[in-house]
Amino acid sequence: MNCRSEVLEVSVEGRQVEEAMLAVLHTILLHRSTGKFHYKKEGTYSIGTVGTQDVDCDFIDFTFVRVSSDELDRVIRKAVAEFKDALGNSGSDGMGQISLEFYQKKKSRWPFSDECIPWEVWSIKVNVVNLANEQERQICREKVGEKLGEKVINIVEVINRHDYLPKMPTQSEVDNVFDTSLKDVQPYLYKITYQITDSLGTSVSTTMRRLIKDTLAL
Amino acid sequence: MDSDLSPQDKKDLDKFIKFFALKTVQVIVQARLGEKINTCSSSSPTGSDWFNLAIKDIPEVTHEAKKALAGQLPGIGRSMCVEISLKTSEGDSMELETWCLEMNEKCDKDIKVSYTVYNRLSLLLKSLLAITRVTPAYKLSRKQGHDYVILYRIYFGDVQLTGLGEGFQTVRVGIVGTPIGTITLSCAYRTNLALMSSRQFERTGPIMGIIIDHYVERPFTNMAHMHPCSYRSPGEDEGGTYAGIEDSQEVCTTSFSTSPPSQMVVPGKEGGVPQVPAQPTHGTAAEHGRIPSCPTGQSPQLAPPTSCSSEVKTVSPSDALETTFTRKVGAFVNKATTQVTTTSLDLPFAAFAPRAYDLQENDPMVHPPPSPAPSSPLQGSLHSNTSSHSGGQPQDDFVMVDFKPAFSKDDLLPMDLGTFYKEFQNPPQLASLSIDVSVQSMAEDLDSLPEKLAIYEKNIDEFDAFVDTLQ
Repeated sequence: MNCRSEVLEVSVEGRQVEEAMLAVLHTILLHRSTGKFHYKKEGTYSIGTVGTQDVDCDFIDFTFVRVSSDELDRVIRKAVAEFKDALGNSGSDGMGQISLEFYQKKKSRWPFSDECIPWEVWSIKVNVVNLANEQERQICREKVGEKLGEKVINIVEVINRHDYLPKMPTQSEVDNVFDTSLKDVQPYLYKITYQITDSLGTSVSTTMRRLIKDTLAL
Repeated sequence: MDSDLSPQDKKDLDKFIKFFALKTVQVIVQARLGEKINTCSSSSPTGSDWFNLAIKDIPEVTHEAKKALAGQLPGIGRSMCVEISLKTSEGDSMELETWCLEMNEKCDKDIKVSYTVYNRLSLLLKSLLAITRVTPAYKLSRKQGHDYVILYRIYFGDVQLTGLGEGFQTVRVGIVGTPIGTITLSCAYRTNLALMSSRQFERTGPIMGIIIDHYVERPFTNMAHMHPCSYRSPGEDEGGTYAGIEDSQEVCTTSFSTSPPSQMVVPGKEGGVPQVPAQPTHGTAAEHGRIPSCPTGQSPQLAPPTSCSSEVKTVSPSDALETTFTRKVGAFVNKATTQVTTTSLDLPFAAFAPRAYDLQENDPMVHPPPSPAPSSPLQGSLHSNTSSHSGGQPQDDFVMVDFKPAFSKDDLLPMDLGTFYKEFQNPPQLASLSIDVSVQSMAEDLDSLPEKLAIYEKNIDEFDAFVDTLQ
């Protein structure tokens, strides 16, 4: 099974980075989250209800929809804030990439740890631009809003191809497919990583937190 | 073709398609209400949330959708369309977008109905939620209120896109294959937003001609009519109108199993979800397209006993006239035509400057009538008191009122906006800015500086102690 990989690119102003990333990541997660599973006897299960919330952006003329889960929102915001800080601390060029990867866990026998097999990776390349005056900023607000709209349409297009999705798991396997740690929604297992590139285009600092920890942990 | 599908699967598929169509309409109309939508996730399934999504059911929208479907289902050659249009307060209108739920003949025989089709329909609804915030009409709908409103119309049959103007774009929301055909959901939206003239409006009468001036009889009584994208919590008299609550007892199977679906208890409102608030969270005091201009002299012409200000019910099963959309005039605003011609235009807001014939003692805004009659049985209606009762001046055709900002009570300082603006434009000079005084005081300051410095040096210990207390 090949991992499906999608790349989206956005050019934004510094203060728009956070909202642009949140918009894209939440749109993807909206489609990749279900309600909580409740397993019953005889291997059957029922699914909880997912609520949605409109979020208006302050620095972009755009509104996006996210699942109504404050826990999930906090996790995503934290990751985006780290990415934004890393971008800000890098050189003045401000290019980076944030990746949202959906994976499945495959149990391995001892002494090997579980394998994480990605089945869909979304990479969002960000280019931060600096604007000189308020008029340019106003134009940027609208332009980035339109661009994000196009990204949402792209995301929806990809999702609606109905390509590979992990099979619905049995109760014992559910943690290998879904993130069951949240109390109101259940996204597919995912991880968010980011890379900052310097002006030469090479990756200066690669930050892969959980991935490195997982592969090295035995 | 259908013989390959088991009867249970066929029944399930029909139910899924029916409720998918109803939920699609709800999502689209709610996205054009002009408010942010917010529903809660629930980890325990109630059995009433179709497709595992918390989408509220506005009863009148469900009613309209069911009326349009008339017992049929979207199928091959039978598309369900939701048309969104904009109508200005002057009466011009324009189609903005048409959402189409269609089915083509491409079948997917192997797909599992109760599982895969259901989940894909759920995914498609999520995509619809996302895409409805992206088309140009969304931004327009968020700003509706004073100058224009957004209307919707549901129809069944052939898709009509001619009203969208040249160069309209199409975005496909998604497709779901089923054993009886492939469901496709798409949106065609206008790109040329130049407003049509009212002449063009008349030409497209057969589709949109229902919404005309409140006082004119409906010329096209059998046509599907437009409804404002507005929602108000139904009053007691509306609650029983919609038989939709009975239908909503059809259970949505959220349990993927062989065990029988659980029964659901239907609370008072469909789905048991909180009601959408009655007022728009932004915009002006005007409701979505329902504030009537109400010259008191003409009020006897209004048919409903509910008086001129209370026809907010968008669909009443009884009186056809009640469902027509009234000519919209913003709250607290005089009839525009009579004002502009009589005022000189050298002052800003000259139209609101006090006029000779506007006697303060007769002005109901300054001296409100002792018992303002309840002008609307429906809650949350905000409009000028004078539009519903001006019993103090029965001899006038309509009441001249000074412009008063909403909620202002200026009994202490009876100053209208025009006067205030004039005064504010010409404030007196600040004393400290007059040059002579400043020059003098500067020289004095310079002279006294060495003395002041000596004093401060003497008290240096005190200053240090103070700074320490701050840390």
